[in-house]
Amino acid sequence: MLASILVNDQFQPKKWKDLRVGEIIRIQANETLPCDMVLLSTSDPTGVAYVQTINLDGESNLKTRYAKQETLLKMPDEGKVSGLIRCEKPNRNIYGFHANMEIDGKKLSLGPSNIVLRGCQLKNTNWAIGVIVYAGRDTKAMLNNSGAPSKRSRLETHMNSEIIILSMFLVALCVVVSVCALIWLLNHRKELDYLPYYRKQDFSKAGAKDYNYYGWGMETLFAFLMSVIVFQIMIPISLYISMELVRVGQAYFMIRDTQMYDEASHSRFQCRALNINEDLGQVKYVFSDKTGTLTENKMEFQCASIWGEDYSGGNSKIEQGGYSVQVEGKVLRPKMKVKTDLELLQISKCGNGTKEGKHVGDFFLALAACNTIVPLVVDTSDPTVKIIDYQGESPDEQALVYAAATYGFMLMERTSGHIVIDIQGERQRFDVLGLHEFDSDRKRMSVILGCPDKTVRVFVKGADTTMFSVVDKSSNASIIRATEAHLQTYSSLGLRTLVVGMRELCASEFEQWHSSFEAASTALIGRAALLRKVASSVENNLCILGASGIEDKLQQGVPEAIESLRTSGIKVWVLTGDKQETAISIGYSSKLLTSKMTQIIINSNSKESCRRSLEDAIVMSKKLVTIAGVVGNVGGSSEAGSTPVALIIDGTSLVYVLDSELEEQLFQLASRCSVVLCCRVAPFQKAGIVDLVKNRTSDMTLAIGDGANDVSMIQMADVGVGISGQEGRQAVMASDFAMGQFRFLVPLILVHGHWNYQRMAYMILYNFYRNAVMVLVLFWYVLFTSFTLTTAINEWSSMLYSVVYTSVPTIVVGILDKDLSRRTLLQYPQLYGAGYRQECYNAKLFWLTMLDTLWQSAAVFFIPLFAYWCSGIDISSLGDLWILGVVILVNVNLAMDVIRWTWITHAAIWGSIIATFICVVIIDAIPSLIGYWAIFHVASSVTFWLCLLAIVIAGLIPRFAVKYLYQYYKPSDIQIAREAEKFGNLRELGAVQIEMNPILEPPRR
Amino acid sequence: MSTNTASSSSAAAGSADSSAPRRNSKRPKYSRFTQQELPACKPILTPKWVISAFLLVSVVFIPIGVASLFASRDVVEIVDRYETDCIPPPNRSDRNDKVKYIQSSGNKTCIRSLTVPKRMKHPIYVYYQLDNFYQNHRRYVKSRSDTQLKSNSSADDVSSCKPEDNADGRPIVPCGLIAWSLFNDTYNFSRNNQQLNVNKKHISWKSDRENKFGKDVYPTNFQNGTLKGGASLDPLIPLSEQEDLIVWMRTAALPTFRKLYGKIEVDLLENDTIQVILENNYNTYSFDGKKKLVLSTTSWLGGKNDFLGIAYLTVGGLCFVLALTFTVVYLVKPRRLGDPSYLSWNRNPGGR
Repeated sequence: MLASILVNDQFQPKKWKDLRVGEIIRIQANETLPCDMVLLSTSDPTGVAYVQTINLDGESNLKTRYAKQETLLKMPDEGKVSGLIRCEKPNRNIYGFHANMEIDGKKLSLGPSNIVLRGCQLKNTNWAIGVIVYAGRDTKAMLNNSGAPSKRSRLETHMNSEIIILSMFLVALCVVVSVCALIWLLNHRKELDYLPYYRKQDFSKAGAKDYNYYGWGMETLFAFLMSVIVFQIMIPISLYISMELVRVGQAYFMIRDTQMYDEASHSRFQCRALNINEDLGQVKYVFSDKTGTLTENKMEFQCASIWGEDYSGGNSKIEQGGYSVQVEGKVLRPKMKVKTDLELLQISKCGNGTKEGKHVGDFFLALAACNTIVPLVVDTSDPTVKIIDYQGESPDEQALVYAAATYGFMLMERTSGHIVIDIQGERQRFDVLGLHEFDSDRKRMSVILGCPDKTVRVFVKGADTTMFSVVDKSSNASIIRATEAHLQTYSSLGLRTLVVGMRELCASEFEQWHSSFEAASTALIGRAALLRKVASSVENNLCILGASGIEDKLQQGVPEAIESLRTSGIKVWVLTGDKQETAISIGYSSKLLTSKMTQIIINSNSKESCRRSLEDAIVMSKKLVTIAGVVGNVGGSSEAGSTPVALIIDGTSLVYVLDSELEEQLFQLASRCSVVLCCRVAPFQKAGIVDLVKNRTSDMTLAIGDGANDVSMIQMADVGVGISGQEGRQAVMASDFAMGQFRFLVPLILVHGHWNYQRMAYMILYNFYRNAVMVLVLFWYVLFTSFTLTTAINEWSSMLYSVVYTSVPTIVVGILDKDLSRRTLLQYPQLYGAGYRQECYNAKLFWLTMLDTLWQSAAVFFIPLFAYWCSGIDISSLGDLWILGVVILVNVNLAMDVIRWTWITHAAIWGSIIATFICVVIIDAIPSLIGYWAIFHVASSVTFWLCLLAIVIAGLIPRFAVKYLYQYYKPSDIQIAREAEKFGNLRELGAVQIEMNPILEPPRR
Repeated sequence: MSTNTASSSSAAAGSADSSAPRRNSKRPKYSRFTQQELPACKPILTPKWVISAFLLVSVVFIPIGVASLFASRDVVEIVDRYETDCIPPPNRSDRNDKVKYIQSSGNKTCIRSLTVPKRMKHPIYVYYQLDNFYQNHRRYVKSRSDTQLKSNSSADDVSSCKPEDNADGRPIVPCGLIAWSLFNDTYNFSRNNQQLNVNKKHISWKSDRENKFGKDVYPTNFQNGTLKGGASLDPLIPLSEQEDLIVWMRTAALPTFRKLYGKIEVDLLENDTIQVILENNYNTYSFDGKKKLVLSTTSWLGGKNDFLGIAYLTVGGLCFVLALTFTVVYLVKPRRLGDPSYLSWNRNPGGR
């Protein structure tokens, strides 16, 4: 990769890795930046450069960056500039930059709008020249890329701690054996020489010496080591292999699930990490990106209220041709088609003739003019047709401009001095006399236009809360009231609303404004405050034109998905780069926020105020929860937290919270809230928030996102899910699971996650049990062989035990068993709680299983022992009986716990038992082995079969009885649901009806 | 994009996969297997089911238990412990004396008389029982060479037999501790001064005689070492016919074991007195092992052992009690299956 760098007054190609801070770099159009640079000059005479930041924050629209006027003119005479830039240390904040530049003795301040970051692409600007301020690893993009941590499933982590317990148990067994062996040796030390079964002394050679005896110390050590070898299957090494196999099987089913196939993008579910399938069943926190994840990132103009009249597109349709304009024999047409209201279209076409038409015209003129959109003309394959693409920072503005274009007010051209609007086929030029940009205090923007009819008008557009305070209430109260009512309707539908107003300025007013605007915009100190003051001086006494409703189109099924997630007890956090208002409105339309919730909003500008608002919020949330609890007790209502709390916090506050002692407070607060919305967050903050939760709780976190800006969050969370949307592949590459749509998260975690967790948890417990039974049977026998570790079960059988005799059924059950059907799980998301409450695998279950193991091994061992006491039974025959007993018992135990019996399960379990018999017969048919023909002799006796029957029944009675009692008298939710599923009274369970999102069913009038 | 695809995601996707034509190859093919919807049986532990299972177990187990107990009681067994009684009283005082006596070369004949408590039907099995003899000791079990036993050509394969592998530089056949310690007490039975024949043919496994012990392998150099462990073998008889050795070499699983000595092919009547002329040669005195002579008939269940009968009765009885308890509990405190009021989110948190 080469970049062109200024060397000796010439731009020469240089490798990316050789770029150094301070070098002057030239970037061509559509090139990706290799470093962070401060703009010096661009091909645009005003020093504007357009960049696309999709790789950084996931936003696909163009952003404007400016070169300083002072450097702009210096550049043509290359190499004659000398300057000094002082900037802050490399940091991860992609929205902040503070520096100053000394050039020609003048000190200029540089801000975020003067820097272009690595990973951005230069668009619609032929070239840009800048000076490198951060390169390589110091660039903000790289600093936001936290390395990919290796993930291990929680179940496996827990399992490992249990394996340590098993290891200690193993050591304990070995110590017992070796101590007993020592005691035995010491007790018999005088006899050992002659003992027929020991014969310490070797008489065959002259001078009697010891044969194979190294003193009691060494013998004890040998006994210990030998017992480690014999008992080592206590540590289920094969479990790791089985788990991998099971995970592959589970992944196969997840990939093959037709319900997680995205028709739109033709993409299947992807399982990119193979070792955390079961974590999907234990998620407690979901962190979701908004843009492209919850929404499709497409704004759509839905309805307008103009002059108190509601045009809600009742008879709307998308016109096939759309609106188009003829320019120099070419057809220009906006890139996006907008649904139009026929009535409104009719009125706007009539033009200024009627009073109505004039109002509509003003409204759309305001929409077309009052924005920062840059129209770009793009060629199409058809040479006579060109497409106008509106680019700008705000997707809302884009939607409004597209809407205006469709109704015949097409924005054609924008420069810093004027705009050209094509009004119903007539090109009109408006002078832009001044522009007050949007800021979060005013929550509105305004533009002052010099119209062709020589009037000067100010158009204002903003949020309803701030707009109504500057509207002239006296003249048209009824219109204001009607508009307010319409706004209420729109926002209840989850639409993003904006109010538009206008005022004509008389000459004196304009003069006054103009002079103060000039003064303010050139002021060096407190420029922003001055400008704000100027703006508010002109933004008053407005005449209200109307309001618009824009839909931030949610992805299909998002509200239902979020509702399901919330019902299942998962805490949903939405982290978005959006403005607070946008975030809240999306929150409403996606059912994340409901009108029942109490909102706690935190936006602070200092650490101190942040601390205060956090403390207040905690007190408040405590009060709310206790009130809810009291209400719940009195009324006997179903849920304790019936007044859910939603926390809304913005990025600036998060800056003070993260990496400080306030983290703890935020977490305390957030843990009381069922929903958390973070607005204006930078990518690294996303990771920081995930990390904050991850560090303070043992609950599992899942992050879902689609853009490069979500990568750090996806990697930080326990489970990372990538959405393979339009915004590149970075999120998918960093993720553990990737899918096409947000709504697939519901089947993924509620269904597959639940199954995977239940299966894997059972499998681990079962494998512990299976191996421990075998070891204990071996151990019991050692007690009857004077502690010498003879094994009655021959080596082949003990080797095949965990490989052939018992492995297939557990793998099959681990892949195929289902505790509940998909339908039930989706219908009752609450059932998911079993996962994060760790109901399927916990210390209690482990110890219960081990207790059961002890009993079962005793049954297997002692029933044959006493039945054959004082008989001529030989080692191999009894060994065969034991191994068969263990295998049958262990497999029947599994059979008892299987929930769904398919033919595959039957084949695996009964097949394994048959295979064991066949293997034992084959092993006993080898003449060179000591147990030759033993199975045939022992199996011809009735005692053998009676022993097997007694082993299985006696071994399983306690487990069976306890299981029954527990299931019947202390049923878990899952048990109830299973019964309901089987006996068909599922309907009665008190299903939570997931409310339909009204947006999916637009009102049709 | 405002088509009315409301309803839950599952329904939408579900209807899609039945109707959508399979144009796209990436779309996972629908099959009941891949969608995990194979027909399945989902058993649930209902009270009825559980109680009947327990009843069934008790119905099966109690009769088996009773039958086993009867079978075991029908077996007539005479056990005579003789290891101390067959030592002359002056030598009985302590272990060293006993060992000295047993290792001496004198005549160690001992006469025992047994009374038949009950009529014994032939065949009557004659066993010797050793207690506290760890034939399953690891050193012992390994001390044999199966290849040597099987074929003449592998007589030198004695590496696993140490320390009883070679004597005077030549390999011992059969080698190893097991063969070396072959039991060598002998019994001669007579009833009313009439010799009772003990059939020693076919007391070992046919499979062992035919496939494990070679017809062309003859004992050589056996018991020629410094220390004699037990019986000597006739060097003219091939191993496949040395049935005492074959029986002995099937090492016992437990430290208390019986080995078949022979069969008496006539019935013994009640109160018959049986004279046993016993050669007390085998040294169990050095480790305080007991020696017993056992005469026993068999039943369909084998020898005399009440354990299985008792175990079956216990398990059957326990199941019956459990069935009863569960029935009572079920009647007293029933729970409707699938009752939604037990769901955690329907349960009243206030605990009304």
